Amino acid sequence: MKVSFKVNWTAHTVDVPADMPLLWVLRDVLDLKGTKYGCGIGQCAACTVHIDGRPARSCRRRASTLEGADILTIEALSPDGNHPLQRAWEELDVAQCGYCQAGQLMTAAALLARNPHPTDAEIDTAMSGNICRCNTYLRIREAIHRATGTEATQ
Amino acid sequence: MTNATVTRRDFLRVSAIAGGGILLAVYVPSFMRGRALGATSAEPGELNAYIRITPDGIVTIAAKNPEIGQGVKTMLPMIIADELDADWSKVRVEQVGLDTDRYENQWAGGSTATPINWMPLRQVGAAGRAMLVAAAASTWGVDASTCTTQAGVVSHRASGRQLGYGALADKAATMEAPSLKSVPLKDPKDFRIIGTPVHGVDNHAIVTGKPLYGIDVTLPGMVYAVFQKCPVFAGTVKSANLDAVKALPGVKDAFVVEPAPGGALNGLLGGVAIIADGWWAAESARGKLQVVWDEGATAQQSSASFDAQAAAVSKQAPQRSLRSDGNADAALKGAAKVVSADYFYPFIAHATLEPQNCTAHYHDGKLEIWAPSQTPAGGRSLVAKTLGMKESDITVHLTRAGGGFGRRLNNDYMVEAARIARQVNAPVKLLWSREDDIGHDFYRPAGYHYLTGGVDAGGKLVAWKDHFVTFGDPPRYAPSASISDTEFPARFVSNFSLGVSSMPLGVPTGALRAPGSNAIAFVMQSFIDELAHAAGRDPVDFRRDLLADVEDGAAMDAQRMRGVLELVAEKSGWGKQQFPRGTAQGVAFHFSHRGYFAEVVQVTVSRAGLLRVDKVWVAGDIGSEVINPLNAENQAQGAVLDGLSEAFGQEITIERGRAAQSNFNRYPLLRMRDVPPVEVHFLRTSFPPTGLGEPALPPAVAALCNAIYSATGKRVRSLPLSKQDLSWA
Repeated sequence: MKVSFKVNWTAHTVDVPADMPLLWVLRDVLDLKGTKYGCGIGQCAACTVHIDGRPARSCRRRASTLEGADILTIEALSPDGNHPLQRAWEELDVAQCGYCQAGQLMTAAALLARNPHPTDAEIDTAMSGNICRCNTYLRIREAIHRATGTEATQ
Repeated sequence: MTNATVTRRDFLRVSAIAGGGILLAVYVPSFMRGRALGATSAEPGELNAYIRITPDGIVTIAAKNPEIGQGVKTMLPMIIADELDADWSKVRVEQVGLDTDRYENQWAGGSTATPINWMPLRQVGAAGRAMLVAAAASTWGVDASTCTTQAGVVSHRASGRQLGYGALADKAATMEAPSLKSVPLKDPKDFRIIGTPVHGVDNHAIVTGKPLYGIDVTLPGMVYAVFQKCPVFAGTVKSANLDAVKALPGVKDAFVVEPAPGGALNGLLGGVAIIADGWWAAESARGKLQVVWDEGATAQQSSASFDAQAAAVSKQAPQRSLRSDGNADAALKGAAKVVSADYFYPFIAHATLEPQNCTAHYHDGKLEIWAPSQTPAGGRSLVAKTLGMKESDITVHLTRAGGGFGRRLNNDYMVEAARIARQVNAPVKLLWSREDDIGHDFYRPAGYHYLTGGVDAGGKLVAWKDHFVTFGDPPRYAPSASISDTEFPARFVSNFSLGVSSMPLGVPTGALRAPGSNAIAFVMQSFIDELAHAAGRDPVDFRRDLLADVEDGAAMDAQRMRGVLELVAEKSGWGKQQFPRGTAQGVAFHFSHRGYFAEVVQVTVSRAGLLRVDKVWVAGDIGSEVINPLNAENQAQGAVLDGLSEAFGQEITIERGRAAQSNFNRYPLLRMRDVPPVEVHFLRTSFPPTGLGEPALPPAVAALCNAIYSATGKRVRSLPLSKQDLSWA
């Protein structure tokens, strides 16, 4: 089926199976490889993007539900990779293998958009859907605080 | 690059670069030669470093090893750059592909990158620096000893003259190369890069979503593949509805792949390949695939049958004795207190977050491969052997890997992609689903230990007996299912016996981060804790006494272990705090991968049995330098949390010959809400620096379980904790 939506402020019309997850539309149709596949069942959140400003697991969103949607991916989180979260991630050297970090950043960015000064508990609630197999969680939490100028509350 | 002769004495090759600049290549005798890797290098040794300095002052250092998240792509160049006295901001790191003509040991595993490379990389950096200094001195007509370097500039102090490395590179290439063995190295107090926090060279690409990983490889005209193997390991295809699958939308082809002869679990297994114009189309078509399998001889094996078999075997004498010191039976008879306990740890999966994948293109009798492998040379060899090709006709490109943890030491996905590519007239990307990945891992093997120990009236450990029931066809162990006859507390208990029995296994097993140690430390350090409590002694004191000096040349240095044990006790306030019931600290230590780690875990367990880890303290001794402290802390924290994650809920159970778990809903990994603070301390000692990918992991599991015992009175002898009742009254 044909579906029209915006990805990173650019209009696209794709002709794909109705049940094709957004993840594969992004990766294999639009060649945006920053959004990652980890589980396909919404358990790891490596595939997190923003749809109409809200965080969404792109592996669980079928193409047929995306007509008119406004989608943001890691490639356009900021013009030059200078979103405060991206800067904090680099400064604190958060990544080990780095594979999950696009999803972590997109989840964190959505959190800050609705709650600019989250507490540790609020961060944990928002971020606990995202798996980091290298277990860089402590630095992820610290980087979110750094990006918001808040202190850890623990 | 010129093809200059390498002198046996120096192993250093220096060339001028056409177009300007100097190229330094250094060969070192193979650190691992003669070990199991079967290296067959040409003289004089492996090319271990490759450095280019161009007239613009940019220093380019080749990254030859796979980057799997351990940080070598940043850390190894730091060593060269420091001795070279380069300006780190002008250092570029370039990932190179598999090139066995130039490089050896292009692999990642065993926390070996630091011990292998530390001295040779310092030497080549220092040799480069000496040649740049010589070029400057010659230019100025002064003695080289009157020149100094800093951040990519040579200075002549007396005259105030300065020249940058870029300007000197051409001339440096004409200078006589110093001997690597005698080139002066920096006094460690003069290190300017080593020991300072340096950011990962790929950080910006990672946070901006650049295509770095195997899964991101895209080639013109590329098609996509899924490969459905039999859920029972090594089962084969009897028949499949290939025609129906081929008619599905987007599907280009579907065919049966016969297994490689010999039936090895780490090679090409039988299955059905589905090729489509997108991965989703291939994966959707798999949903309609119907296969009649020949499940083979292992279809009836199960975790329950292994448990029963192990219990029966434990009642007999061990099949083999690995070690017998003194007389353990007699010492147990004379002991004041005797404790017997059965320990179990389960199969667990690696679950790299990037599922296994490989892109391959077969054309004109040659194969080109892109793979996130930890052992690309091993993969190429497996592909060549399986497909009957020459290794020289196979090119392997290395990509960043979305986690390794030992999973990618095996190259099953590479041989599958190569086999499929040979039948497909286009580049093909094979991507496993998460279900493929968890269902076809090389699992950390389960294991059973039947232990008896005794302490004397003075509270000293005097007898230790372990009957280890593991897997394999004697005398061979299943991969990573072995135990060393020097595993602690061997050598430290005068009456000690270690016997082993093996059960046959039809499940693929392999190395998982800190292989062997990740399970054995749980058993040994938990049982030591049991004996400490039986003796009525403080667990730290009991361990300190156990770590008496043993001088028999074996790997572990008791003094170094006492150092980290004392440090972690101090940092955690061990024994100095009063906790309410349900809260307690536990301690454990372990030596592995040349690293010494002692850890304290503090937990709170509710009466209902809900476990929370409050904090972890880590003390590690990895030698004289922590090369990149920024990454070192991250690695140590990650390893500790990895251990907690394994202990909390990770278990693969085998049912009807297959893995019962298939995705993260039934194979839970640690989440941020369960992550405690992890405080890391390094004890600097006079020993050469060693690796950090693994050794911080093993003590965490035992320290956690020991804390649970002190908090609840419940001794954890079987993992994972999610299956244990930790409630207390």
